[in-house]
Amino acid sequence: MSIATANRLTPYLFLAPAAIVLVVALIYPIGYVIYASFLDWNPSQRIGEAAYVGLKNYMKLLGDAAFRESLWVTLKFAAVVVTAEMIIGVGLALLLDRNIRGMSLLRTLFILPMMVAPIVVGLMWRYMYHPTIGIFNRTLTSMGFEAVPWLSDSDWAFAAVVIADIWQWTPFIFILSLAALQSLPRSALEAARIDGASQWQTILYIKLPLMLPVLIVTMLLRLIDAFKVLEVILVMTNGGPGLATEILSLRINRTASEFRALGEAAAMSNILLLVLMGLTLAMFLYSKAMEARARALRAAPVGEE
Amino acid sequence: MERERQNPLFYMVLIILVIMAVGPIVLMLATSLKLNVDIMSDRSSLLFMPTLRNYEAALCDLLWYQPKSLDFCDPTFGRALVNSLIICLISTVLTLVIGCMAAYAIVRFRFIGRDTASLSTLLMRMVPPAVLLVPVFGIWTFQYGISGTRYGIILVYVAMNLPFVIWILQSFIVQVPVQLEEAARMDGAGPFQVFFLVVLPLIKPGLAAAAIFTFRIGWNEFLLANALSDRSTRTVPVTIVNSLTEYNIDWGVIMATGMLLAIPPILFTFFASRQIITGMTAGAVKG
Repeated sequence: MSIATANRLTPYLFLAPAAIVLVVALIYPIGYVIYASFLDWNPSQRIGEAAYVGLKNYMKLLGDAAFRESLWVTLKFAAVVVTAEMIIGVGLALLLDRNIRGMSLLRTLFILPMMVAPIVVGLMWRYMYHPTIGIFNRTLTSMGFEAVPWLSDSDWAFAAVVIADIWQWTPFIFILSLAALQSLPRSALEAARIDGASQWQTILYIKLPLMLPVLIVTMLLRLIDAFKVLEVILVMTNGGPGLATEILSLRINRTASEFRALGEAAAMSNILLLVLMGLTLAMFLYSKAMEARARALRAAPVGEE
Repeated sequence: MERERQNPLFYMVLIILVIMAVGPIVLMLATSLKLNVDIMSDRSSLLFMPTLRNYEAALCDLLWYQPKSLDFCDPTFGRALVNSLIICLISTVLTLVIGCMAAYAIVRFRFIGRDTASLSTLLMRMVPPAVLLVPVFGIWTFQYGISGTRYGIILVYVAMNLPFVIWILQSFIVQVPVQLEEAARMDGAGPFQVFFLVVLPLIKPGLAAAAIFTFRIGWNEFLLANALSDRSTRTVPVTIVNSLTEYNIDWGVIMATGMLLAIPPILFTFFASRQIITGMTAGAVKG
């Protein structure tokens, strides 16, 4: 029967376009990057003409001080940024979790920094950090302080990049922890209040522990994204001065387009991918574990009711 | 619940936060409305005559009149704006159609688990565009032969956004009652009719969230567009970065272009902040 056949084929028909696109434009390229990391390949060659060099690209990277510096900058950037954003974001959520008018407008205003293109964010901050016409140095000099070399000194440049990222992404953590706070069971908070717990005690012993699962997932999501930051830094400092802000994504881009060493860039991409894969796996296992625990709790006989 | 009275300090904190969040954007808007003499002058930056000259300079070849203030028209930005619009609109529509169908198949026919879908979404979320740079450049140039065309860029964007779109849409499709579909099938509707006439209208909020996310990612993306475009297919972020490498930056015009790039996402935020927050929280708080 043709209708039955059609029905049996439907799921495949519905899935086929997505499967084709994903294989052609995502899975194949990712497999390709693994293969390419074993080649000595420059952009004017077809991949078939590139010579197979085994692990040479990886060995070269391990011995390359600039690469190690860039890996270190990436890790430092991600750690600093995520720590600061978690503290500020969760703090703000705890502070603003009140029943005030206009909360939805506030939330809208707070997510603006995330929605604007990273290129534009970089542009704004580069302008604000401008040595003479930027708002920071103007304010400083008008108050009689010395101008700060925001983007031309390596320590300041790193701080400048971190500040811009905190501005852009703290709202992400704020929104997620606010959502978590507002879905906390009212009964637990009520009980704490009746028992006479102070504000701080409620936060420390009730709210934070109950939010913890969401907070951990939020942190991992943010950590993954922190490794992908590229455009903001590209526009603000282009990795400089020296290598002070050259995170891995930028270095991959430079290795591929300036140094024309595609094999090396591919090897670098794989190292970045490995780091991120570890993080993602941790996150997936964690959320599986939480689900299993929730199921076990639900399945357990309810005693006191 | 009644509203508690907050002390004034609390509102002070709120105002400071709002200024910090929106201030840089307002500053960019103000700069884009200034003449370069005003930007460079030492005097207070609050008082100035607003002018649209920077916007005229950026958009000159799209305007219906010839701006008097310009001696010559640089069409780069206008062309890029058209490219960006075409690329983002087409890739958004394609992603939604393809993603919707796949999400529907995953939910209703249950032949690959939903776990697989959410795991692959997570895995894809983890892949940075920088990792795709080398292979996409190589494959698009040498094997598919679509480097430098709009199709090439559209293809990457569709592929990049599909996992997320499938994932978010399936959480909406799960909520559509199966009985509705069965009733439609009883009345003689085929699977495609059921999908397009019954399911799609019911998941409009999910579609809106997915559309905003896809559009925004393409609209803001720089790295892959930079590698895949040639002179005539450059998108707006690429032209902005290119104009920055010159030694002398024309801050007024570049802020105007930045503002034009920022306007669509800002509009989305104001009109659909609820959908955006849904899309954002779906990742962490189980949706």
